[in-house]
Amino acid sequence: MVEAHGLEKRFGDFVAVAGVDFTIAKGESFGFLGPNGAGKTSTMRMISCISPVSGGTLRVLGMDPATEGAQIRARMGLVPQEDSLDLDLTVLDNLMIYGRYFDMPKKVIRQRADQLLEFAQLTERANDRVDPLSGGMKRRLTIARALISDPDLLILDEPTTGLDPQARHLLWDRLYRLKQQGVTLVITTHYMDEAEQLCDRLVVMDKGRFAAEGSPRQLIEQHATKEVVELRFEPGQHEEIAPRVAGLAERHEVLPDRILLYADDGDAALAGVAALGLAPRSTLVRRSTLEDVFLRLTGRTLID
Amino acid sequence: MTPASPVIFEHGEIVSPRRVATPMWLRATLYFAYQYKRTWRGSIVTSFLIPVLYLTSLGVALGSLIDRHSHGVSGVSYVAFLAPGLLAATCMQIGTNDTMWPVMGAIKWMRTYLAMLAAPLDVYDVLLGHLAWVATRITIVAGIYLSVMAAFGTVHSPWGIAALPAGVLTGMAFGVPMAAFSATQDKDTAFITLYRFVVVPLFLFSGTFFPISQLPHALQDLAYVTPLFHGVALCRDLTLGQVHLWVDLGHAAYLVAWVGAGYAIGRRTFAKRLVV
Repeated sequence: MVEAHGLEKRFGDFVAVAGVDFTIAKGESFGFLGPNGAGKTSTMRMISCISPVSGGTLRVLGMDPATEGAQIRARMGLVPQEDSLDLDLTVLDNLMIYGRYFDMPKKVIRQRADQLLEFAQLTERANDRVDPLSGGMKRRLTIARALISDPDLLILDEPTTGLDPQARHLLWDRLYRLKQQGVTLVITTHYMDEAEQLCDRLVVMDKGRFAAEGSPRQLIEQHATKEVVELRFEPGQHEEIAPRVAGLAERHEVLPDRILLYADDGDAALAGVAALGLAPRSTLVRRSTLEDVFLRLTGRTLID
Repeated sequence: MTPASPVIFEHGEIVSPRRVATPMWLRATLYFAYQYKRTWRGSIVTSFLIPVLYLTSLGVALGSLIDRHSHGVSGVSYVAFLAPGLLAATCMQIGTNDTMWPVMGAIKWMRTYLAMLAAPLDVYDVLLGHLAWVATRITIVAGIYLSVMAAFGTVHSPWGIAALPAGVLTGMAFGVPMAAFSATQDKDTAFITLYRFVVVPLFLFSGTFFPISQLPHALQDLAYVTPLFHGVALCRDLTLGQVHLWVDLGHAAYLVAWVGAGYAIGRRTFAKRLVV
């Protein structure tokens, strides 16, 4: 569906995407992870043919975005980072208007809109203005709108940023269903749980490059240990205690509020901490998550 | 929190493209038409009321004074002189209004253009489609204006019909360059300045209310440069049936030049703003 070689995006002297290669297969759900400013959105905008490529090659749906952008976009649904809904119009009108951009016959749009309203759980709000809807509803409407033309490829730029947990779970469920129906999904996110839930395969982007690539499971296996022990001491003690516990694990990280010990056997590491006579205020042994991979690959400081 | 519901639609279920594809730019125009459906009633009423009020107060009431003291203006009654001027000036106002805030808003606030660009439309479709809508709006308003003028007995010749396209051309001579400018703006301060120092003075001094021969020479030359003067002169010649073919073609050509230049610049400013 999407094939990129040495793909670059520059804004003047600033390099947003510094030559990346990737292939996204049909029916796959592919994620771009990374801190803000890593180049995720720039990559997505190039794939969606709304931002010209600065270097390298890109093929989307077998076509060239530079010359066949309109044909590509006709088969693609785009959920941008910021909603571009028409706030003065009703929920249904937003779908009707968007269908017109794809030159769909009115009757077909109407029929499809009814299905999508059901899908997005907005049927009861069909004739309400968009403006007063909640963030989650607007986001679902944006996704429904992107689906009006029955796209083969759905591109979602941070689909659940700023939504409450319920709204996010509902959206995940909807996206999961689309995937089941064979729609190829391309997603950017900085939520690790979202990536773990939705993506078959993902890349971690940092400073315009790929820091790692693989399935969530593979990435955890490659870049983290099986388990992680979290130790919380009194504030300010972490730096001083860290060297004493470092030997208990394969790797350790000092965060502002805790120490992380990466070990295959978390309980054994924790027993080691106790044997040293240290008494953390609280401890936690857990499985490694994508977040551990992310933090390791993109550095401690989240750029926000 | 939500009960699981069955799959509601199948991917690839509907395939029914139209036989004849609607041009991309027209799809953008249809958006604005759809929007207009919400407000057209109020807008039509206003479009009737404004000419009725102006032609009654200035044209008939003030005009009767002028006609009594100086036997009309340029050989016709004041109301017949004034009406085509107001027609052109109204077209100018619609042309500028509809391409100031609506264009910047479609980029910055409502993000309408961005929604279009995520669909198959490209930036030139968006520009052309929006301008086609502005032209449609001016046509509606000018059509109503012209019919009110006819009711006031100020259309003296069948040539008057041609004042409709002439008015639209006048409006677009402002609207097209203005759209090009609005696409470069982030705030509306420039719009307010332009309105105060360009649109309103033009309205007052481009031959709308009195022949520009009343103006000092320096200002007359300035008036010749402005598109509104040419729009007013053209509309007036047409509704009064005093067509001077070459002169009027000259007026029209001057207006077309503004539209053309504005469009060429607009293609650049739109692309620069929206394709990054």
